[in-house]
Amino acid sequence: MTPFHGPYDDGDYADGNALAGPLREIFAVDLTAASGRCAHCGAEGPVALLRVYAHAPGLVARCPSCTEVVMRLVRGPNSAWLDLRGATSIRIPLGVE
Amino acid sequence: MGIVSPGFHGRRSAAAPELPPGQYLTEDFPVLTAGPTPRVPTDAWEFTVVTEAGQRYAWSWADLMALPGQTVTVDLHCVTKWSKLGTTWTGVSLDTLLENVETAADYALVHSYGGYTTNLPVEDLLDGQAWIAFKYEGEDLAPAHGGPARLLVPHLYLWKSAKWVRGIQLLNEDEPGFWESAGYHDYGDPWREQRYQGD
Repeated sequence: MTPFHGPYDDGDYADGNALAGPLREIFAVDLTAASGRCAHCGAEGPVALLRVYAHAPGLVARCPSCTEVVMRLVRGPNSAWLDLRGATSIRIPLGVE
Repeated sequence: MGIVSPGFHGRRSAAAPELPPGQYLTEDFPVLTAGPTPRVPTDAWEFTVVTEAGQRYAWSWADLMALPGQTVTVDLHCVTKWSKLGTTWTGVSLDTLLENVETAADYALVHSYGGYTTNLPVEDLLDGQAWIAFKYEGEDLAPAHGGPARLLVPHLYLWKSAKWVRGIQLLNEDEPGFWESAGYHDYGDPWREQRYQGD
């Protein structure tokens, strides 16, 4: 179906720092310091600036430029599901090798 | 107040309404949303059904309003563990909408304005189990709760009752929707506590 172009109300979301705790459980590095490229519009920016909709069955992180989904994180009792299909890449700052 | 013996209230299970396993009762109506809330004017609203053969059926808002409506009182069970009992909705039964649709498909993928999707078997849309609902407690359905119209499938967890419903794709193969592709159960029966994949 073709996208519905609006209007929309932004609704209730937090910034990407809301991902810090749940992602720390999975990754050894703090991914909110990483930057990602949106698979929909190509915008690149820090994970911490994603729009995170947390009043939902999982965390839904959306691109601040186009509002499409960049990342989804569902935490079940025994597993977490991380869906990154909305990000073409994640750039993670590391120490000098 | 001191501690009151449970004996004064009789058996708790007799007084408390019966809820699916793991659920708690709520009196308010929490708003859960995975993204921005679309504001769809009814004069631009359209509901479509596309069959497995590619045949397309469409209803405008006026078309929907012209169909016989039903008012039903049902219980809601959200996978985030709240349940709300005795909610009253008005809508058009999917039996009515699918009555003249030529299909032999077993699966449905429901689409919403805003891009949300959810999947369920076609048989769960039929036999008085599902509606396109546009009134809640006698009032027009608010956008926060899925207005102007949402799918209502109360026998499954509420994520299946897609807000801002826009159309249904009828498919020969099951295709997971937004939450079903991110760890949630494909079917989502609250009485069998089918929350996550593998439950």
